[in-house]
Amino acid sequence: MSAAEPLLRVEDLHVEFPTEDGLVHAVDGITYQVLPGRTLGIVGESGSGKTVSSLTTLGLTRRQGARISGRIMFGGQDLVTLPEDQLRAIRGNEIAMVFQDPLSSLHPLYKVGKQLIEAVRAHRDVSKAVARARAVELLGLVGIPDPANRVDQFPHEFSGGMRQRVMIAMALANEPKLLIADEPTTALDVTVQAQILALMERLQRELGMAIVIITHDLGVVAEMADDIAVMYAGRIVETASTTQVFGAPEHPYTWGLLRSIPRLDGSRHDDLVPIPGTPPSLINPPSGCHFHPRCPYAQPDHARIDPALQAVEDDPDHHVACLLDSRARKELWGRLSSGDTPEQALAAVGTTGEPA
Amino acid sequence: MSEQGATGAASAFGEGAGAAAPAGQAPQQGEAPAGPLVRVVGLVKHFPITRGIIFQKKVGAVRAVDGVSFEIRRGETLGLVGETGCGKSTTARMLTRLLDATAGEIDFDGSDITRLKGAALKAVRREVQMIFQDPYSSLNPRKTIGSIIGEPFAIHGMLKEKGDRKREVQRLMETVGLNPEHYNRYPHEFSGGQRQRIGVARALALSPKLLIADEPVSALDVSIQAQVLNLLRDLQRRLGLTVVFIAHDLSVVRHMCDRVAVMYLGKVVEIGSGDDLYGFPRHPYTAALLAAVPQADPTRHGEARRVLGGDVPSPANPPSACRFHTRCPKAQEICSQQEPMLEDKGSGTLAACHFPMSREELAAMGVRSGA
Repeated sequence: MSAAEPLLRVEDLHVEFPTEDGLVHAVDGITYQVLPGRTLGIVGESGSGKTVSSLTTLGLTRRQGARISGRIMFGGQDLVTLPEDQLRAIRGNEIAMVFQDPLSSLHPLYKVGKQLIEAVRAHRDVSKAVARARAVELLGLVGIPDPANRVDQFPHEFSGGMRQRVMIAMALANEPKLLIADEPTTALDVTVQAQILALMERLQRELGMAIVIITHDLGVVAEMADDIAVMYAGRIVETASTTQVFGAPEHPYTWGLLRSIPRLDGSRHDDLVPIPGTPPSLINPPSGCHFHPRCPYAQPDHARIDPALQAVEDDPDHHVACLLDSRARKELWGRLSSGDTPEQALAAVGTTGEPA
Repeated sequence: MSEQGATGAASAFGEGAGAAAPAGQAPQQGEAPAGPLVRVVGLVKHFPITRGIIFQKKVGAVRAVDGVSFEIRRGETLGLVGETGCGKSTTARMLTRLLDATAGEIDFDGSDITRLKGAALKAVRREVQMIFQDPYSSLNPRKTIGSIIGEPFAIHGMLKEKGDRKREVQRLMETVGLNPEHYNRYPHEFSGGQRQRIGVARALALSPKLLIADEPVSALDVSIQAQVLNLLRDLQRRLGLTVVFIAHDLSVVRHMCDRVAVMYLGKVVEIGSGDDLYGFPRHPYTAALLAAVPQADPTRHGEARRVLGGDVPSPANPPSACRFHTRCPKAQEICSQQEPMLEDKGSGTLAACHFPMSREELAAMGVRSGA
């Protein structure tokens, strides 16, 4: 990350939903920033809070009775406290979003063109004819063949990949500065996924917008993102450049994710190393470090102390929330990446950094 | 905890559950008879498209599976990969006889099961079991997991003594890494990964010869996926199971399978051992699939991916001859006129292509071949 002024800055954001069973701490104090023209990948499993945090950026959790605190700074304004009518001027205009499921995000009874025209006219005072011309232009931009005719078709006449292109066209209608893409390719086949990712990369180059891509797929972030934030149980546990996250990860959860995915070029005979246990309840998250019940390296006091997201010793852009000694972390990852199991690594290194 | 080895056939899976077995050794159970377990010849499934409400008239057919032949060897894991609508699940459903084939033949353990009925079909169904994709909708929410896992015994009139059945179910639970004390709990009390373990235990109950896993991990989170994949691999080795593993994730298939068949629009376009197929894919579609997989390797960041254009054509009206020719970067005139046969291209796999890929072309696409 450079010294550029961040486009979006999220500070100590908390989002909580009151439910019958208790208060769900969906987002539990996260801080991150997005720089202009860059791509941030937010990675995490279901229930880690990655979607809720971005919906909150657009004010889309307000109506669900969420309790929101913290700040979301965009263009000098705090989106958490911004009145709804002013937020509406930003949503779909300066910040746009693409959702996971293109079929349920498009209205089945309206022609694609009408839905695009609506998106344009929501923020621009232009005639229908101008908006329609813009709709055709947008469909062409996202690579839909014969846009002048396709604009009069219904969503069901488009394939899954084409629908996602339409969603992207709609998001781009007003040339946003920031595009939030929530699992944009999860519902798509692998060759179509490659088309959509390539499209997003091309549009980013041409339009210079920043992208936040939310996904559980480490392959997608590795290819798309400049920087990565890893989320677990409502918190960011590690954030760094993509190269650092894959090359020198510092958090045991990140290690767990990296060791548990099969690789295309890996050997068949390597066993995967799963993360033991299951993701915790967000109503009663574990005390101290949220990851400690599943962490093979956890010490007794990790259940008491809450780790803060702190810069790594020699890299001010690499932050990690872990109570382990930084020297021990480096040695542990060294062992793990050369094929040790967590138990072997722990036996060899210990948790203090001193040889055991 | 339950006693080990309750019944004869089951005694092979004993010891503790969940732990990973040492790699590289596949225990053989007894004397394996020669020949493949399953031989599929020219298998076809067409679903009719009809018009009219009362007088239905057939106006066409979705050619979901259109002439597929392959073998499943004893004790191996065969992967079926391909995109939505390529016919991989339909093929699997015909193997279990959940769907009847339109044409073709399925030989299971030396006998033709394609058109079996009644008691003979029921006997075959004991031998072929299935694990489903969605662990939420494939378990009855009103039944305890004890009765879900024990249901195959009820259906087939086995272990009628209640105590016997409970003991056997608890042993199965332990085999798949569930706590046997949770016998009386309901599915909603379990997480996604644990539910998939329940599905695995149910599929193993009758000690089947063939296990079909249709996208068994695609509904699970990454960290849980690895737990279930390790369990399946461990069980396959310990029990010497023959497995058909269906998935769209090529990395998962690479990890799990001895041999892999790639399907496109109802046809097998390439089949071979995992090492050969991933090391030197010959069919342009296999190459395109491999090139498209996003890899957890940031050195590929920004590398120009060769993206396959277009969408999969409709299986109701597939392209002539080679079905891939409409999207294939190497297609020539002959590809739309003469259907290529599945044949040895000299590098291990069988590929159905007139112009198989060379190593140079693969490298240009960003496929790392020749490992």
